[in-house]
Amino acid sequence: MESPANYEIAQELGLLPEEFDEIKKHLGRIPNLVELNIYAVMWSEHCCYKNSIAWLKKLPKDSPRLLAKAGEENAGLVDIGDNLACSFKIESHNHPSAIEPFQGAATGVGGINRDIFTMGARPIAQLNSLRFGNPHSERTKRIMKGVVKGISHYGNAFGVPTVGGEVFFDERYEQNPLVNAFSAGIVKIGKTVSAISYGVGNPVMIIGAATGKDGIHGATFASDDLSEDAEKDLPAVQVGDPFLEKLLLEATLEIIESGCVIGMQDMGAAGIICSTSEMSAKGKHGMIIHLDQVPMRQPNMKAWEILLSESQERMLVVVKKGKEHIVKQICEKWDLLCAQIGEVTDTKRLQFYYHGELVADVPAESLVLGGGAPVYYREYKEPAYYQEFKKFDINQVAEPSEEECIKIAEYLISHPNIASKAWVYEQYDSMVGTANANSVEPCDASVVHVKGTNKFLVISLDCNARYVNADPEVGTQIAVAEAARNVTVSGGEPLAITNNLNFGNPYNPEVYWQFVGAIMGMKKACEKFQTPVTGGNVSFYNQSADGTSVLPTPTIGMLGLMTGIENRISIPFKHRKDLIYLLGKPHNDIASSEYLYSYIGIKASPAPAFDLEYEYQLQQEFRRLASMRLFVSAHDVSDGGLWIALVESAIHYKFGFHIETPRHIRKDAFLFGESQSRIVVSILPENQELFEKECKVDFILLGEVTDSTGFVVDGIEYCYASKAKQLYEKALPKILEN
Amino acid sequence: MKFGVVVFPGSNCDDDMVWAIGEVLKQPVVKLWHKESDLQGCDFIVLPGGFSYGDYLRCGAIARFSPIMNEIIRFAKKGGYVWGICNGFQILTESGLLPGALLLNTNQKYICKNVYIKPATTRTLLTQKLSPYRPLKIPIAHGEGRYYAPIDTLKELQDNDQILFQYCNPYGQVIEEANPNGSMLNIAGICNESRNVFGMMPHPERAAHKILGNTDGAKVMESLLAGI
Repeated sequence: MESPANYEIAQELGLLPEEFDEIKKHLGRIPNLVELNIYAVMWSEHCCYKNSIAWLKKLPKDSPRLLAKAGEENAGLVDIGDNLACSFKIESHNHPSAIEPFQGAATGVGGINRDIFTMGARPIAQLNSLRFGNPHSERTKRIMKGVVKGISHYGNAFGVPTVGGEVFFDERYEQNPLVNAFSAGIVKIGKTVSAISYGVGNPVMIIGAATGKDGIHGATFASDDLSEDAEKDLPAVQVGDPFLEKLLLEATLEIIESGCVIGMQDMGAAGIICSTSEMSAKGKHGMIIHLDQVPMRQPNMKAWEILLSESQERMLVVVKKGKEHIVKQICEKWDLLCAQIGEVTDTKRLQFYYHGELVADVPAESLVLGGGAPVYYREYKEPAYYQEFKKFDINQVAEPSEEECIKIAEYLISHPNIASKAWVYEQYDSMVGTANANSVEPCDASVVHVKGTNKFLVISLDCNARYVNADPEVGTQIAVAEAARNVTVSGGEPLAITNNLNFGNPYNPEVYWQFVGAIMGMKKACEKFQTPVTGGNVSFYNQSADGTSVLPTPTIGMLGLMTGIENRISIPFKHRKDLIYLLGKPHNDIASSEYLYSYIGIKASPAPAFDLEYEYQLQQEFRRLASMRLFVSAHDVSDGGLWIALVESAIHYKFGFHIETPRHIRKDAFLFGESQSRIVVSILPENQELFEKECKVDFILLGEVTDSTGFVVDGIEYCYASKAKQLYEKALPKILEN
Repeated sequence: MKFGVVVFPGSNCDDDMVWAIGEVLKQPVVKLWHKESDLQGCDFIVLPGGFSYGDYLRCGAIARFSPIMNEIIRFAKKGGYVWGICNGFQILTESGLLPGALLLNTNQKYICKNVYIKPATTRTLLTQKLSPYRPLKIPIAHGEGRYYAPIDTLKELQDNDQILFQYCNPYGQVIEEANPNGSMLNIAGICNESRNVFGMMPHPERAAHKILGNTDGAKVMESLLAGI
């Protein structure tokens, strides 16, 4: 056996002394170094959610449409009818992207797609949610260009369209950018494969890439603050090969189709050890694995390196005994490596041999979430800023003059958080798959055709982290509500969510307070919208050595469904003389708006006005009216307020608009405030009477679409279409190309 | 009319092309695996887009050595119809069935967006039913799509009327601002001298159905069919 470990080594690997004691109990002896490495990585936050699972369990998980609940499979599984299910998930690759943006982001894309196709689903849509520091800083430019190029490099070659996402800048992400990748796939109900292993004597096979020394301890690396000399952690970043992933996708789906598979799991975080232990624990079996049989990229790898390697594009497959040749044939067709590395046993233990010697012998159950992995209830404490932020009063800001409003209007159109992200998304192949319904006219959510049916996935990723920071509970409710609103106004019905919880260090009670608040807010909103949480990813430690943590960012990935392309509603105004209405109620509120935060420069304010029940009623009513085909266009009011919603509706076809503002609300609040639960719609003039008679929620007739191209507010031209288009489209390239 | 869509390892528009031919054109279509050398009696071969062999070398540089390419070259030399789109176009220039080369876009980036193209000739199967005055909105999606050829070759292309499509603005003007990738003469597609081998960077199959909000691409495909 390998030499025994001790407390010091345990600590170096990120384990607490009490965790080391716990390991001794599980083994009934002192672990050796290989075993210690195994526990260190399996008990990292990244693999076992030890600091978050107690709270994650409070999230709603039930819906008649759910075929697999959170944590049961690699990704959530939702029944979409036609005997099909959608498998979808979001996952972060924040730390690797901070160190090596290109590969970090690329392998994030690779990893999330493997989570989908390891279940037997063919990915049909990718999205991503990106957050960076100040776009003018050289560091941010370098990271952002690398991340976008990495996603483009991997996602494009993989051949699944990148159909949407979000990009947001705030100095709180300067040291720790966030890269969250989402994928959704389609599978026939009953044809899914689980991450499970059973059946004594069944062969355990590894297919795909050879195993190298890349990404070792990546999971542990992701479970610590990002240190100043993090660049020396470069080997912890993996290297991706999208071409291999594409072959692996095709081969995997063929292998599943052949019916010879017992269970399968991709190798992502913590590599072979993670897949062997999770599959075995789930199937209540053991495995004997001969590490010499693993195809290796380089000679002289140590046992623990093979076990922990996070080399990409690999799958672990447990095959029905006697069917190995089928797997081999399919791999040969796709020019993929394939090797049997061991077999299933009934010992419930994982026994790893290397050069004929037993190098590790551990109970599978003791390693995993729900088994022996630790669960912690962390301390949390309300930070002082929370009450401070609430003291903000709109009267601290003088009401701007008409000239000032015009300046603000142009400022917001060209603000990097609001301006067009075409510089980013035009580098992604958004149309491969001939299923993206939005490539000519945009919608608030992505709309993707499910081939062979009349169904469409409607997907939105959302989180305004400034709102969450100001008020974690309300801010997260807003994130869920906005995602649902985007799905709704695009013509879809929200079904379920996946989440990516990006926070700072969980051992900091004030950070943990943000986390707890976010969970409680998400719970409330998801219960209201009946959109259960199907799974996701927790990313703590998005904090640099100086203690600066990112804004709390619980990204919501909402899956919705639409039947029939004729129900899709896009953003652009379509005809002159159409009437423009605001659905929902305006508030005298500018809290946490981009206007207040960036233009005025006040960063301490509460979350914008929001009422969950009101929001729910608004969306219900919108869907009812939409089913009557009353809306020619629809766009939700979010970042930049009503003004930006109007501008984005007008510039696509270069229309103008005339609107009147109400007198009882400050003009800056009405135009630039970000109070929630508002939607801008346009309707045909002949439907005015019907609409006003039918509409059961608050509405205001704002004005009408014009072909004069002027954006006119209360008789004054604030901007005009071609200028707005220029400002909107050139803002980001102007910053990034300099 | 039987179509064959070649599948190289890394092809990713093969299914889209099969869908467009089957669903939109309602024609029989089969996939042809790159390791085979039987064209299965197809009358029309399509080389789809994608990243054959990962495109880690020059795009299309390895795919041209696939067993099926020998057959396709023979087929084309005998006058058989071959159409390469995007990566397929790159493979056709690499294998010498079409002149010129496709270089890295001038902005050094992958570009995916809708652009306008206009037929520069109607004397080909692919463009015969198209109006030379009506620009078509068709998406591009490539990192290496800048058409390049030596001056003499360009002159030959012009003299022989081999330019299929040129990038233009929404009003049909072939101008530099409408050139998304820096292609010489705004070239978006060409054919060979015998007018049976076609290559183009834009993807008509991605604009071939009302679900996609754009049916300009279907016009190109229907033109093709009308001529046979």
